[in-house]
Parts: sequence; C-alpha cells; structure tokens
Amino acid sequence: MRRRVAVTINGTKHEHEVEPRLLLVHYIRDVAGLTGTHVGCDTSNCGACTVELDGHSVKSCTMFAVQADGTQITTIEGLAQGTALHPLQQAFWDEHGLQCGFCTPGMIMAAKQLLERNPNPTEQEIRVGLEGNLCRCTGYHNIVKSIQAAAKVMAPGAERKAPASVS
Amino acid sequence: MAISQMVGASIKRREDPRLVTGTGSYVDDLPQTALVYMHVVRSSEAHARILGIETSRAKEADGVLAILTGKDLKPEFGAPLPVTVCFVPDKKYPNHYPIAIDKVHYVGEPVAIVLASSRAAAEDAGERIEVKYQSLPAVVDIEKAIAAGAPVLHEELGSNLSYDVKFAAGDIEAAFKEADITIKQRLIQQRLIPIAIEPRGVLADYKTFANKLTVWSSTQIPHFVKVWLAVILGISESNVRVVAPEVGGGFGSKIRVYPEEILTALASRRLGRPVKWIEDRNENVKATHHGRDQIWDVEIAAKKDGTVLGIRPTQWLNLGGYCSQFGTFQVLGMLVAQGAYKMKAFDGRAVGVFTNTTPTDAYRGAGRPEATYLIERVMDLVARETGIDPVEVRRKNFVRAEDQPFTTLLGLTYDSGDYTITLDKALAMVDYKALRREQAEKRKQGKYMGIGLCTYIEICGLGPAAPTQAATGVSLWGMSVVNVHFTGKATVIIGSSPHGQGHETTYAQVASDVLGIPVEDIDVQHGDTAIGPMGMDTYGSRSTALDGNAVHISAMKVQEKARKIAAHLLEAAEGDIVYENGKAFVKGTPSKAVTIQEVAVAAFQTSRLPKGMEGGLEATTFFDPTNFVWPFGAHICVVEVDAETGATRILRYVAVDDCGTRINPMVVDGQLHGGIAQGIGQALFEEGVYDEAGQLRTGSLVDYLIPTASDLPSFELAATITPSPVNPLGTKGIGEAGTIASTPAVMNAIVDALEPFGVKDVAMPATPQKLWQLMHRNGGTKR
Amino acid sequence: MNPAAFDYVVPRTLPEAVAELVKHGQEAKVLAGGHSLIPLMKLRLSTPSFLVDIGRIGNLSYIREEDGHIAIGALTTHHDIEFSDLLKNKLRLLTSAASQIGDPQVRNRGTIGGAAAHADPNGDFPACLLALDAELKAVGPKGERTIAARDFFVDTFTTSLEPNEILREIRIATPPPGSKGTYLKFSRRSQDWAIVAVAAQVRVTGHEVTQVAIGLTGMGSRPVRASGVEQALRGKPGHDDELRAAAERAVDGTDPQQDLNGSPDYRRHLAQVLTRRALEQITAHH
Repeated sequence: MRRRVAVTINGTKHEHEVEPRLLLVHYIRDVAGLTGTHVGCDTSNCGACTVELDGHSVKSCTMFAVQADGTQITTIEGLAQGTALHPLQQAFWDEHGLQCGFCTPGMIMAAKQLLERNPNPTEQEIRVGLEGNLCRCTGYHNIVKSIQAAAKVMAPGAERKAPASVS
Repeated sequence: MAISQMVGASIKRREDPRLVTGTGSYVDDLPQTALVYMHVVRSSEAHARILGIETSRAKEADGVLAILTGKDLKPEFGAPLPVTVCFVPDKKYPNHYPIAIDKVHYVGEPVAIVLASSRAAAEDAGERIEVKYQSLPAVVDIEKAIAAGAPVLHEELGSNLSYDVKFAAGDIEAAFKEADITIKQRLIQQRLIPIAIEPRGVLADYKTFANKLTVWSSTQIPHFVKVWLAVILGISESNVRVVAPEVGGGFGSKIRVYPEEILTALASRRLGRPVKWIEDRNENVKATHHGRDQIWDVEIAAKKDGTVLGIRPTQWLNLGGYCSQFGTFQVLGMLVAQGAYKMKAFDGRAVGVFTNTTPTDAYRGAGRPEATYLIERVMDLVARETGIDPVEVRRKNFVRAEDQPFTTLLGLTYDSGDYTITLDKALAMVDYKALRREQAEKRKQGKYMGIGLCTYIEICGLGPAAPTQAATGVSLWGMSVVNVHFTGKATVIIGSSPHGQGHETTYAQVASDVLGIPVEDIDVQHGDTAIGPMGMDTYGSRSTALDGNAVHISAMKVQEKARKIAAHLLEAAEGDIVYENGKAFVKGTPSKAVTIQEVAVAAFQTSRLPKGMEGGLEATTFFDPTNFVWPFGAHICVVEVDAETGATRILRYVAVDDCGTRINPMVVDGQLHGGIAQGIGQALFEEGVYDEAGQLRTGSLVDYLIPTASDLPSFELAATITPSPVNPLGTKGIGEAGTIASTPAVMNAIVDALEPFGVKDVAMPATPQKLWQLMHRNGGTKR
Repeated sequence: MNPAAFDYVVPRTLPEAVAELVKHGQEAKVLAGGHSLIPLMKLRLSTPSFLVDIGRIGNLSYIREEDGHIAIGALTTHHDIEFSDLLKNKLRLLTSAASQIGDPQVRNRGTIGGAAAHADPNGDFPACLLALDAELKAVGPKGERTIAARDFFVDTFTTSLEPNEILREIRIATPPPGSKGTYLKFSRRSQDWAIVAVAAQVRVTGHEVTQVAIGLTGMGSRPVRASGVEQALRGKPGHDDELRAAAERAVDGTDPQQDLNGSPDYRRHLAQVLTRRALEQITAHH
C-alpha cells in the first residue's frame, strides 16, 4: 500500500513510492535527503519543521507526504542563491539570531512568511508572528532584531541595496 | 601580551553560515548506511515489578532484527551507570542500570529495546510487546516519600531517604537570640523539564573485527561518555571514540551518561551494524532528566534596621527514581546560599529523597538558581517585614568591595566584585524612584505594578582541580592544544564541548590576539575524542573561564617558542625580540622582523631551528586556576498583574551583569537573553506535574509551557567589567547568570505587585489562576 | 513516533468520499487539514486503518455571500478566514477567532470544517458557530442534511455527524448592519488552547440592544450559549452597569472542567470577566 508522491523541492523534482503514513518532514529529510528541516516535537508546537508549501508556511511534521503530492516546497536549503545568503539568513548571522541553531531553519522559514505578509512589522507583530516557533537559546531577543534588520533590507525599493550600503 | 584587538570585539559567529543554511549536522542528520533503528519500550508504570516481558509477537513483526530486555542485557553491563560524589559522599543510592532488570521506578524507564530496519518498524513492533507488571503503590511527593509507611522504591536502602546532611557555620542560636524579627517561609522550586529544542539522539557504530566503537551523541560531555562506555562495555578506552556533532541545546539536560548511549552501543556490538536512536519529544519529557523539584524551608533572623543575622534553610530535593549522575550537584545551592551578603550564622540542611518520578539532575544553573532564589526572596521578605526598601536592605547586607576577596561562612572565597556598581547602574537605568512613584499612582487606579530586584552572585568556572575533586569526585581543569601549521594557519583543540555557546568564534579570538593570526585562519575543533582525547566538557558556565584561558596559555606558549625561533632566524638575543600582531622583531628595529608564517615554516624545516629545539609549533595546556570565578549583577523586573484575570505582563526587564572580561560581547549578551528567558519560564510558565499515581501530566509541549516570543519583552542589558584575578584573561562565566538572576527578579516583582493584597510569597510558577486566587482569597480586591 | 500504518484514498468528489467511508466503516477517518488528527496519530492515540483525504475535492474552500447568508466551505483554512475581506466587513467575530487559533503555520493548514468536526471543547470556532446560529451542511450516504450548530456539538470530541457523513459547508445568516462581533480568548500563552473564551455578536440600534449572542469556549464538554447574558441584555439600552450585571450571568448553565490550566471556579470567573470585556469592547462607540 505505497503511494506515489511527486513534489518539487527547491526547484528539483522528486518522485517516490512511499507509505501513506510517512510524514512530510521525514520525506524531506530521509527520502529527499534535505536534513536542514528539523523535528523538535510531536505536537505541532515547536515549528522546527517549518517549510514553505505552495507559498504558505506549514509544519511539515503535521502533514503526510502524500498530502503534498503535486506541490512546490521550499526548505531552508532553498533560500541561499549559490553562496549568497538570503537576507533573512544574513540578518540572523549579523544579529546573532541563533545559538544552537536547531530551531533556526524553521524560525527563518516562519519569518519569511511573516515578512511576505507584513513587510514592515512592529516588534509586537514579529513576536506574535513567531508564535508557532519555539527557541530555547536566544530568548527571541536577537531573533526579533534579525527580522527587523531583514525587513529593512527586504523592503520594497531596498532590494538593490547591498546590506553594507544601508547605514 | 600582544595588543588586544580581538578580545572585546563583537565579531559575527563562524558557526552560523552552516546553521542558517540548514547544512550543519546534528546526530539525526548524519549520513549512515545499513542503519538499524532502536526503539525503546518504556515503562508505563511508575512503580512496579516486572513479572515478564512477552516479545514473541513483536519478534515476528516486519523488519525486526532483535528485541532485548534488561534480563538479556544484564550480563553485558560491566558497571552500573555512574553516580558522582557531588557534595554528598555518604549518600545512599541503588545500582542503576541502563534498562530496568526486574523493577521499574518511574514512568519512562527503559524496559526493552527493539532493533529493526526502520524506525517505524521498530515502533510497530514495540506496540506488540506486552510487559506484565505487578503494580506497586507509587509516591511522587518529597514529604510523602519520607513519611512513615510510604512505599519504598529501593528495598535494599531501607527507605526513600538518600541523605540528610548539614552545612552550618557561625552561632545560629545567638543570631536568633539577637534578632528583632524572625520570619519563616516555604519556597517552592517546582519541577522543570529542560526541553532543549533538539531532543537527544545517539548513533553507535561498533566495528567487530577492529573492536572499535564510535558513538555520535547529542551530549554536552563526550569525554565523560567515552570513559564510561569503555568501563560499562569493557572496551579499551583507546578503542572508543565519542563525537558530539552539532548539539541543539543542552541546558544541563545532556550532561549525563545516558542509558541510550550504552544501549545503542551494546546493540551495535551484538548486531555488527550501526544503530541509531532518536528521542522524540514524547520520550524526551520522561526519559531525559528533569530539573529542580525542591522545597526550601527557611527561617530568618534579622534586625529592625534590615540587617540579616543568619538563616536556617532546609533544602528538600526530589531525586526521582534513581540518583542521577550529578543528581546531588544541586546541593551546591546550600554552599552558595549566602549570596552577595554578610551574615553571622548559617545553618543549612539538605535532604535527598527518592520518588517515582523521572530522575532530576542539573538544569541551567544547577543549585545556584535555588540559592539565589532563596537569598533574594529572603532580602525581600526582610524588606517587607521591616518596611525598608528592598534596595536598602540589600545595600545594608552587601559584602563590600573592601571585603574582597571575601570568605563565606561555609568557606568559599569570592574572587572580586563591588556589588553596588551593578545595582547602581540598574537602578539608574530604570529610574527606580520614578518607578516607585508610578507604582503608587497606578495602585490608586487599581492597577498592580510590581518592581522586583535580584542582586546575585554566582560561583562558576568549575573549577580548580583540588576543590572540585574533593567536592564532586572529579578534577576539573581547562584544556587546549594550539597548533600552528606549516603555512602559519592554526588549529585550536579544546576540551569543552559547545552546543550553542559559540566557542569556535570566541576561542579563535583569544588565540588570534596572542598570535596575530587572523581569526579566519584559526580553526577551533571540539567535541570529538579522536581529536581532543581529554577534556572536561561544557556545563556550569565553565568553558571560557577554563578552556578559554587554556587557549590563551597555549597560544602564549606558542608565542614563546616563536620568539625563540625568531631570535635564531634574526640572529638576535631572545630577550630583544618583541612579538606583536603576528610579527617578531628586534626591539627598536621593527624592520628586522619575521612573521608568524615565516616562523611556522622554519618550525617544520627543522634544520633551521636552534640546536636542540624540537620541530613543530604547538603547545598543550591543562589549566588549573587558583579559584572559582564569581560573576555578579543586578536585575530589575517590572510587571503588571491584571487583578481580574491574574495574568502577568512584563513591562521592563533590565539586567546589569559583570562577568569580567567579555571576549565577544555580542555572544555574552546572547547568553544572557536566553538565560533570562529561561528564568522567566520558571517564574511564569513551566511546571512538570505528576499525578498521584506517578503519571506525568505535562507530557508534551502542549502542557509543558515554555515561553514563546510573544510572552517575552525585549531585554535592556548593560555591563560593568571587573576582571577576575584568577585567570589570565580575567573572564568569568555567563551561561547561567541570566537564569539565576531572572527567576527571583520576576517573582519579587510579582510579590511586590500583590503587596496590597497582603501577599508575601507566591509558589512558582505564578500562573494566572494562582495569582487570581491569592488576590481574591479574602473576598476581593482592596481597590 | 510514526503513526501506525494505514491505507489511504484521495477521492475527487464528495460522493466518492462518502462511498469510501461507507465501505470502510468504523476503520476509516476523514483527513482534512490534519491538524487535529495527525498529532493524535503520531502519539498513536488514534490508529485508523484507513484515511479518506478530502483535501483534493474541488469547491470546498470558499467564502461567499448568497441569499442573506455567508457560506464557508468546509476546507476553508483558518488563514483564509482570518484574511477574508468579506468576513472582516460582515463577520468580524470569525476573523477575530481565526486569528487567535494556534499559530500562523497551523492556520495555513487547519480548516474550519476540521475544527468543527473535531469538536474540541477548548477549540475556538465551535463557540463562534454556536453564537452565530450557524447551520452545518453534511453529506452522507442518504444525501445532504443541515444540522443547527446547537444540535451539532454533542460532547467532548463528539458531534452529531454520522461516521459516514462529511461536513461540506457552514452557513451563517449575515448579521444586520451595525451588528458587531469579537472573540476574546484567555490562555496562558498565545499559541495555547483557550482556558476560556467568549464569542460575542451584538447589535445596538439607537439605544437598544437588538441582538446579543454569546458563545463560550472552555465552559463545559461542548461550547455553550450564555443565554442568561443574552436575556439580561436584550432590549436594554446597554449601559455599563447593565453590561456588568448581564456578564455576571455568563456562568448560568455552565459546567466547566478542572484541568492543569484552570479550576471550575476560575473558569466561571474568567467567563464573566471576558464576557463583560467583550460587551464593553463591542458597545464602546455607542
């Protein structure tokens, strides 16, 4: 009772026969071999497994791979262009937005959605927007700063500016 | 010493590019073929005899390779799991094996392992195993466990009492005789579940015909794990390699030799294949040790003017079902409970008790949060009783700068510190007087704002070898190797094992300063016993004070050798060579110089070396400091409690910390942010709850509440810098300070907010329901 | 843990889906967004051997107004509800509630039909649907039937849906102009289930409360209508003291449970406080 799943992950097509019970996160990690997406709980609380699915951030531990059949998925590995980091990745690095790094991929994927929906969020909007992601190292202080910094760089009209030129 | 350029610089972390791109490898990310998956069947009973384990149905399940029980594995254990002395040499404790043999003592204790070709297959088979238990009465509560007639966990010990020890100095009777005021208070340190976001995981690979074992584990202590794997499995230590790859947080929860490290290794040896076990969160909350779960009863003797004469604390510790490896480390709380204050007498007692719960062990701060909570609540209780401002009570009792180095009643000596400087700075940052006026105004409007202080000191940097050997049974020192390569680049090997602390960055900064080699040309290696065979690993805010200084000393030794080589190359006297910024030159003639790169080449072209000098440019250091380090600081929390719902909102959080020299201030602040958040978690949200039968009611992140971003404020941080005199860099630890300081600051603020309701103490966590009940217990508000 | 093994089918139409449910009987469960079911399956607290994934059935995700009603397809996500302009204008109670469910990722996947069918007594939508006198349309082997919200929610995790019925649509009469709604939720952390929450829909016409509907979350084994509050307020001018007095009656007929987050007493108190706050908020500009 295996089922065929075809998904595009970070622009690459993947097609496999899988057990229906296979969770999307396990498909991404164990079948597609992209281990940047992590598992931190069983109850959809921690958000370490957050990926983007057809433009929406989702918790890939709370979906079966078969439900994702035919979708476009972006994981943390799909954000950097070659060796150029995505502005959010760069901002997390610049602002010390991570320590152990385990929650970071999910946190960045959640932040990406947050900024897409609200390019210029207040501190409180950022904090509320991160409700689905738990971090135990940073107290979120520098995560909030990272997202604020990324928002500046990613704001419409700011795309052309290199981070260094933003004073 | 070379001119300092890197120490003090907030350079970006070198760990981060791999972590922000998802390309770091935690245990579960390691590539491995021919893997066998281990699933641990855990006890569903808190206290029971195992009458039998029926495995035949499970053995027939698809993909199953083997099923092993405690009885099967017992002959293979060369020793039980380790238990260290940790302040209580004469404690009673049972042998604790990695898997239950004939009796279980807490829900979650391993009773069988399934080895199968996939994780799902192992789990499926696990569901088919039937363990026949004879249920026994369970006890989860400290006081009930030592009451007459309580069910006894370990019959061979006779009772549930592991130890009852005194820590006393000074004349406590005289202190109470002299007192104008005496106060009795019970303080609750609820059970905490550490919740590193990466649960634990182990991958063990035993190569049969080489008799070599490699274990990758999500651990804080790969070097300890190596030794104990060798001992328990009976393999030569030289044939055991333990690797801590990326480790996703620890907070003390990964500081123990765990059953699954032994079980995966044994399974790999049996099957001749690599065996992996990854803890899921449902297991993690039961199988990874818990923290705190203590009751502190204190009697205080004080004078009307706010002088604290003496205290008589009793620390009741819930050990859980066994004595965990560092399970009695928390008694350290008793040794440092005097805090930043002078007093005449101390009469302490620590009592450790077994219960049918997950074993407790170190959790961020380990003993020091408890001590700080005690003494900082004591200061506020005295302030309330005397009507003196809590700031003034603290000032009155402070150890003064001129008293340093100050020796406490129990004989520990503080290294340095003027505790008024952090307090003054914090008070200025919040404008304390204005805050008190605002509080008075708000009370008139029926709004309950509270201001809480904590002026902590902390012992860390464990430690000097002699006292740690005496107290814990382990000699603790710092370790490093600095090795300059042919091309003048360097590798630094350290004995600490970071899991988020940024050692790859900060230690490169330390070495770079001494050698003048750019940070990007210095690689810091850690957490692999094949690379650094000995180390004392990472816990107790020890790494920078010990291993960081060891790096400095090794780099100085390398510089010394470089100077000798340079003198030879420049045909100058060694005494005339100046070493600066990666160059050695003749004093007064800067043009007559060689670079570290040139020296490095010569070090390996050994014919160019002075007669009798060995080749290479490398040094090893085992650093044993003269004392512990003692950071200090002042934290102020401002809260508002909604009188209708009992909900607490943190309005401001200000922290001024002094951890001596800050190698990378950005990283220091990051440690503080996370620590403060965890301490707030204890104050407001977190509580591990068992029911009477020993079932964990907070068994997932749905019920065990750790703070989210929207539950916390931004933190306002500032620093003072008092270099430690006990190590060359002047550094002190900072990994736990935030947690140690924030819990009392928040709780003091909440109790202060509820002062109009006559509330003198709140048992943690300060849930909305609890605060609402306290505010309304006498029939409503006073507004 | 991994969920126990199951077989899986993806019907393209509702009748096909119903036929699968009929065929597999008690063994089968409906999978929509999965945010209630999958966590239970991962803990093996739920082990269905057959899942009918209705996620690919067309035309089940929509929000539209027709014949004086707002119709919401069962597969409409919490996110779509939260950000719907139509609902923001005409049914703010639902957008307010949707924005407080779980977290953004959960709202991207969770569906209103799934939330209703799961009937968690601490879930947010059930009290709203009850307050709004929603009608729930279900399709089964005998065709379609309409169930009133008051008959739909039976008990903890229990609805009046038959095992072989599938929720298709939720219909709510468009509130008249001037009618306002809000959802006030109290939980220890924002991502958590409600300890208590209040769904309020109120219309003040001139100086008279002409419509008042209050639904309560967390005050029993299913969502309850605070009819005492409604009676006390209907037809009154809605002065502060009246709101206060009416809110006191939020406890009438409730049977809140004891759990880690709150005692029955505390829940009753919260229901009164939140009801008063909701009423004050809605009537603030009158």
